[in-house]
Amino acid sequence: MKPSLFEGRLFFGQIMKKELLNKKDIDRAVSRIAHEIIEKNKSLEDACLIGIQSGGIHLARRIAAKIKDVEGVELQIGSLDISFYRDDVGIRKQQPVVKSSDITCEVSGMKIILVDDVLFTGRSIRAAMDAIMDLGRPAIIQLVVLIDRGHRELPIRADYVGKNIPTSLNEKVDVCLAEDSIEDGVFITQIDQGAI
Amino acid sequence: MKDLVSIKDINREQIELILSTAASFKVVLQRDIKKVPALRGKTVVNLFFEPSTRTKTSFELAEKRLSTDVLNFSVPTSSVVKGETLLDTVRTIESYGVDYIVIRHSSSGVPHFISKNTHASVVNAGDGTNEHPTQALLDAFSILDKKETLEGLKIAIVGDVCHSRVAKSNIYLFSNFASEVRLVGPPTLVPEFKGYNVQYFNKIEDGIQGADVVMMLRIQSERMTKGFFPSTLEYASLWGLNSARLKLAKKDAIVMHPGPMNRGVEITSEVADSDQSIILEQVTNGLAVRMAVIYLLGRDNEQ
Amino acid sequence: MSNKIVIRDCRIVDVSQDIDSSGDIIIENNKVLDLVVHKPGLKPDYADFEVVEASGFMAMPGFIDIHTHLREPGFEHKETIATGTLAAIKGGFTSVCPMPNTNPVNDNPTVTTFIIKRAMKRGSCNVYPIGAITKGQNGEELAEMGMMLEAGCVAFSDDGKPVMNALVMKRALEYSKVFGVPLISHCEDMSLTAMGVMNEGYLATLLGLEGIPRSSEELIVSRDIMLAGYAGARLHIAHVSTRGSVDIIRRAKASGVQVTAETCPHYFTITEDAVKGYNTDAKVNPPLRCAEDIEAIKEGLRDGTIDVIATDHAPHHADEKVLEFDRAPSGISGLETALSLSLRLVDEGVLTYSDLCKKISYEPSKIFGIGKGTLKKGACADITIIDTKKEFIVSKSKLLSKGKNTPFEGMNLMGMPVAVVVKGKYINVLEL
Repeated sequence: MKPSLFEGRLFFGQIMKKELLNKKDIDRAVSRIAHEIIEKNKSLEDACLIGIQSGGIHLARRIAAKIKDVEGVELQIGSLDISFYRDDVGIRKQQPVVKSSDITCEVSGMKIILVDDVLFTGRSIRAAMDAIMDLGRPAIIQLVVLIDRGHRELPIRADYVGKNIPTSLNEKVDVCLAEDSIEDGVFITQIDQGAI
Repeated sequence: MKDLVSIKDINREQIELILSTAASFKVVLQRDIKKVPALRGKTVVNLFFEPSTRTKTSFELAEKRLSTDVLNFSVPTSSVVKGETLLDTVRTIESYGVDYIVIRHSSSGVPHFISKNTHASVVNAGDGTNEHPTQALLDAFSILDKKETLEGLKIAIVGDVCHSRVAKSNIYLFSNFASEVRLVGPPTLVPEFKGYNVQYFNKIEDGIQGADVVMMLRIQSERMTKGFFPSTLEYASLWGLNSARLKLAKKDAIVMHPGPMNRGVEITSEVADSDQSIILEQVTNGLAVRMAVIYLLGRDNEQ
Repeated sequence: MSNKIVIRDCRIVDVSQDIDSSGDIIIENNKVLDLVVHKPGLKPDYADFEVVEASGFMAMPGFIDIHTHLREPGFEHKETIATGTLAAIKGGFTSVCPMPNTNPVNDNPTVTTFIIKRAMKRGSCNVYPIGAITKGQNGEELAEMGMMLEAGCVAFSDDGKPVMNALVMKRALEYSKVFGVPLISHCEDMSLTAMGVMNEGYLATLLGLEGIPRSSEELIVSRDIMLAGYAGARLHIAHVSTRGSVDIIRRAKASGVQVTAETCPHYFTITEDAVKGYNTDAKVNPPLRCAEDIEAIKEGLRDGTIDVIATDHAPHHADEKVLEFDRAPSGISGLETALSLSLRLVDEGVLTYSDLCKKISYEPSKIFGIGKGTLKKGACADITIIDTKKEFIVSKSKLLSKGKNTPFEGMNLMGMPVAVVVKGKYINVLEL
C-alpha cells in the first residue's frame, strides 16, 4: 500500500514541534534532582558533577547551584567531551567538532555524577563512563538526565531523571536552556522520514 | 577532507578545526592514560620511502594513542629499484584494507599521486622539497600556544627555504592568517613566492628585526658541496642565529626549529637552549596535531 | 589498389611549386605523373585509373618527421619500427627520421642497415635513420659518419643529450663538412640542468620540483651556433623551447650562419601548467615553458626563424610513466597529434596552409636532402590527404603508437589525415 503523502505531516510544512516542558517545569525538575542527589549521597564533599558536552554542562551548573542553596555545599563541576570515545567512527560521515574537556579534580576515589540532557540509546553514557575511567578510578558513577526518552541499546539507566517521556524513533527531543538559547524549554519534533 | 596532502588544499576554517581538535588531544596527552579509543579498529600504514626517525616516531605514537592498528612499511629507496611501480606498491598496501596511509617520499608529488589512486585517507609526511603539512600545522599550534593569534605576526623564516618543505608549507599556512612572513637567506636558497605575501631579506639582521617568531631551518651540508653556499662556517657567521642577533627580534620573540638542529651552524646552543626556544614543545605538540589530523580525515566538513 | 591512381578533386597545397588550388593528382608507377589544376570546362578522362574521390579534402606532399624515436632496436617495449611507422602514417607522416638513441646506439653502419632493413620489411612508411655524432653517444669519439651515410643515414645527432665537450662538437662540425649533412644539436647544458625535471620558475617552486632554466638550452644553442659559424658547417637545432633560443637563432641566420631549427607541437601548444598535479605525461625534455615562450616560438615559425615542425615523438611504456615525477622518463608520444595541433596555428593565422606544408614537408626534405616534400612531376608519390574540418577528441586508447604518453588526452582538436600515399601505395588511415 502506498503511504499517503501527508502521513506524519501536521500543520504547515513537514515538521511539527511541541513543547513538553517549560521553564517552570525544568526548574522544578532541577530542584527535585538536587534534593534527590543530597538525599542519596550521605556526603557530597567528595562528589563532582560532570556535564557531558554540550547539553549537560549548563544543567550541571544549575544543579550545583541548587545544591549550594539547599545544603551550602559547593560541588566541584567539570565538563566532558566524549568525541574520542564514541563508537560510531566510520559510521558518521560528518567531521566531528571536538569540544574541550575540563576536569580539574582528581577522579580516583571520587563520586562522579554525570549530567546529560537527554538519555536515549545509552551510547553517549557508555562513552562518557569510558572517558572517566581513563582519567582515574572513581568510587562510584551516578547519572543525571533531564529527559529519558527510552529506546536504550545498552543496559544503562539513570539514577536521577527529570522526566520520562515515551517517544517514537522518528521524533527528536531538544533541550533548550537559556544559557545558550532564547529561553528554557524542552521540545519534541516530529521528523519527516523523507526529509532526513 | 579525505586527505591532507598539501596546506594549499585546506582553508582557514579547516586549519582552525585541526588546531582546536589538537588542543583537545593535548589535554589527553597530559593524562596518565594517554590513549583514547577514538579510531579503534582502524588501520594506518606508515609508508616511508625516505629514512626518518623523528616524523615517523611522532606519527606512530600519535596513531597508537588513537588506538589504531599501525603497520610500518619502510622502503629505503623507490620501489622502482625493485622493478615495482609506485602504483603497484600502493595497490599492494591498499589490499590490506588500510584506512589511512601516511606517506614520506623523497620525490615531490608522490602523496598527490597516491591520493588519486587509493580510497584510504592520505597524510603527507613530507614529499621531496615540496611540502610537510603536519609540520606547518604543529608550528602554527606551537605559535598559538605562546601568542594570541597568528594575525599580523612577524614571522622570520631563516635558511634553506628553497629545499625546505617545512618552510613552504608554513608559507602557505601563514598566508591564511595575514601574518607577515619574511624569508631570510642567500639568494641561492630563497626562491620567489610570487603569489604569496612574503618579504625577502639577504641579511639576517634585517630579517629578524622586530620579529615575533624566528623560525630556523636546517641547513644540509649536501647543499654546500652543490655550491649553494661556500661553507658551514661562513653560513654560521652570516645567517646563524646567536644571542646577539636574537636581541634584534621582539623581546618576547620565540625561536623555532623543525629539527634536527645543527648546533653551531644555523643556531647556537645558547639560543637553542634558551627560554625563548620552543623547539622541544614543537615536538610534543606534533603528537597532538598529528592525532587531530588523522582523527579528522576521511569525513565530510558539512554538519 | 592498382598502381595507377588519381586523387580527384582535392585542394592541392604544394609549396615547392607554389600551388594552392583544387585539382587532381595523377599517380603512376609510384611517381607523381601529373597534377591537373581544375579549369572550367575541362573534364579529364581517367579511364584506366583507380579514382579516389577526395573533394573537400586537402592534399600535401607527404609529411616528413625529422625527429622521431622508434626505439628499435633495444626498447621494443616502448615502440617498434612497425608500430612507430604505423603511428606515423596515422598522423600523416610518410617519412620519419628515427634518432640514434637505441640500444645498441645507431653509431655504426650495422645498426643503420638493421633499421633500414627492418623498416622495409615491417614499416609502413619511409624511414631515414639519423646516426650518432659520437660513439655510443658518449660525447667523446666521433662515430663513423661516412659509413653510416653510405648505409642510409641522412643526418647526425646525439639527441637525448648534448655533445657537452665543445671541442668534440667543433671537430664533429668540421668533419661533417666532408658530407655536407647537418648535425642536429640537442641543446642542453647538463651542468645547468643538473637534477631538473621541469621548467625552472615559480611553478617549480610551488610543486617542489627541481627546475631546468631556459639558459640551459640557450647556452648550447649559442655555443653550437658559434662553432658552426666558425667551422662553416651546417647545424640544425632540435626542439626549440624558449624565447631566447628563437632570438639567438634569428640573429645567427641574419649573420649568415648555416643554421636551421625545429620546434615541436607541444612547445607551441601547452605551457608548464600541464605539469600541475604531477602529470608525468607532461614531463618532456626540454621542459614545457611559459606563454611568452609560446608566443616567441609562434613568431619564430611565422617569420621563418624556425624552419620545421617536428614531433620529437618519444614513446614510453605506460608503466614507466606511472612513477614518481622526478623518476619518470621524459617524452611525449607525438606523431598522431602533430598535424592537428599544427593546424591550430593555421586557424590562429600564424601560418598559412602553404607555410604548414613548408614546415612539415618541404623544409624537412630540403634540410636533410631527402628529395621529397614536393608533388612535382616525377617525384616519389608520397602524399598526405587531410580532412581539415574533422573534429575529434584525443584519446590514449586510440593511439596506434605503443607510447600512450600524451598530455593532450581529452583535448578537442580539428583536422586529421584521412589517407596517405606512400611510394604510390594508397592507405586509408581512418581504417587503421
